[in-house]
Amino acid sequence: MANIVIENIKKSFGAFQALKGVSLTINDGEFVSLLGPSGCGKTTLLRIIAGLETSTSGDVLIGEKSVIGLPPKDRGLAMVFQNYAVFPHMTVYENVAFGLRMQKADDARVKKQVEKAAGLLHIEPYLDRYPNKLSGGQRQRVAVARALAVEPGVLLMDEPLSNLDALLRLEMRTELKTVLQEAGTTTIYVTHDQTEAMGLSDRIAVVHDGRIEQVGTPVEVYNHPATRFVGGFIGNPPMNFITMPVTNGQVAAGSQQFAVPAQGGEIVLGLRGEAVERAQSGQGLDMQVRVAEPMGSHLLLTGSIFGQPARVILPATETVKNGETVGLTLDPKRLTWLSPESGVSYPAAA
Amino acid sequence: MSNTMNTSSTAGFISARRLLFWSGIVALCAWVLVPIYLVALGALGGRTGAYQWPKNFLPTDISLQPFLLFLRTEGVFQSFLNSLGAAGITVALSIALGAPAGYALARYNFRGKDSYRLLVLLTRAFPLAILALPLTVSYIRLGLYDTVLGVGLIHTVLALPFAALVTQGIFLGVPRELEEAAWVFGCTRIQAFFKVVAPLALPGLVATAVFAFVISWNEVFAASVLTVRHRTLTAYLLTVLSESPMHYRFAGGLMLILPSVVFIFAVRRYLFAIWGVSSK
Repeated sequence: MANIVIENIKKSFGAFQALKGVSLTINDGEFVSLLGPSGCGKTTLLRIIAGLETSTSGDVLIGEKSVIGLPPKDRGLAMVFQNYAVFPHMTVYENVAFGLRMQKADDARVKKQVEKAAGLLHIEPYLDRYPNKLSGGQRQRVAVARALAVEPGVLLMDEPLSNLDALLRLEMRTELKTVLQEAGTTTIYVTHDQTEAMGLSDRIAVVHDGRIEQVGTPVEVYNHPATRFVGGFIGNPPMNFITMPVTNGQVAAGSQQFAVPAQGGEIVLGLRGEAVERAQSGQGLDMQVRVAEPMGSHLLLTGSIFGQPARVILPATETVKNGETVGLTLDPKRLTWLSPESGVSYPAAA
Repeated sequence: MSNTMNTSSTAGFISARRLLFWSGIVALCAWVLVPIYLVALGALGGRTGAYQWPKNFLPTDISLQPFLLFLRTEGVFQSFLNSLGAAGITVALSIALGAPAGYALARYNFRGKDSYRLLVLLTRAFPLAILALPLTVSYIRLGLYDTVLGVGLIHTVLALPFAALVTQGIFLGVPRELEEAAWVFGCTRIQAFFKVVAPLALPGLVATAVFAFVISWNEVFAASVLTVRHRTLTAYLLTVLSESPMHYRFAGGLMLILPSVVFIFAVRRYLFAIWGVSSK
């Protein structure tokens, strides 16, 4: 078990700056996701922590000790790779035992640890098989078991579920959460899938363009995104951004009035699609509905508010026709206000 | 009704495909085996068999006697051993030097990598005939002239460029992530190479060894120029065959073919990707 401190890590590939000064502290036993679109630098950061890539500047401390310059094997960590990377010329048993064998563990300990890890991941029936006889999901279990068998201080996972099909991914996600909670290992999990990050993490670090945009619990990041990017990246449908005029520190939305952190000019409302209710007729904020899609569990409306594109969600019991105008009441506790110039949000009102 | 017609035409299609498949196999086998068979017939048929016309295609009239006679001819067996020795040196050196070069080309980025690869191939653009005289002179000075080691060295020079380029492709075929996983789980770079990369690259390395063996075994020019008494089999046969009777020539040909066939047969298992994933 160990905590991880990342201090101002920078990485350049030639003229391209992949990481522009990243700092992050991960507590002992915590599960933190690095979430971001592909090419944002999240995998590079993970590889720097693992020692598979060198940083241009900055420091990484694992368990209070700087590991910069140490080879991967001396950092006390284990890793699960995107393409599983199970060794094809070894049986499942030898794959899971690999790390322990390299530590020169005696046979009894190897056997005990392998059986324990195999039990957690439900791969006991395949221990004698070679990986080419296993399905993708089973290989992924072997990769996770191999990582847990060494009881690492830190577990790094690089998009471990992205090669699985959708149904299996959901199943493995739930299982991973159970297994990792039981193991209590400090985990850094890289993903571009926001539902994985939301479902698994204690905290999420949203990475964009070589920087961390926001660190917070899934609920914080979802409800109060720090920047326009975070709001647009997390959530399905993404957060709506509606520019509204401010008069005397107030914004009018239909019959509702909101005090906002600006005196005049304009402000951007960050509105989650489900943070609305249908208003009484003639009241509320008007939305011109272009398409109404009944999704079974809810009703998805696509159209415009204040002439700007928007998507909102109403309960499945509502009926709205294409082309209709509906009034919406906003939930004042779930609104985010952002500066129109910088795209940064104002602190949530107390 | 239409249903039965459908199935019968599908069956016809399948059997046509099967016919094509097997006739292809038969043609390919015949392409390789018929000449070998004819050479063997000539070698084992003795003087009468070699000159007989029309040829008797069935092995009725053969015995090992003519071939054994050929083997006992002065110099044949010794030159056979010389050839094996030169080929062994070539295989060992090509793998020992070529595989590390191939690994470096596959895994590291360094300045001049592309020009290096081109340069490696350019060594083969030099006709050996131009080099023959200076090479002979240097070999005499170095004491390598007329030795098996000397022939092995020059054959290594011929085989090495291919060994480096072919092994590069093989090491590229071993996923980098496997190597990184080995590092993370406690291996140094060297340990990772021997525990993970080498076993997965083995089929390709064996193929490279076969290739080096065949290059050395078949090479005749350098071997003829650089040796006088310690000839390799090819060089020896080249000098004596023109004066030999026909069935001796066949026997010599058979002897040139057999070791390559046996060698490839012995290592054939490693030529296929054993784990089914060596190139994934």
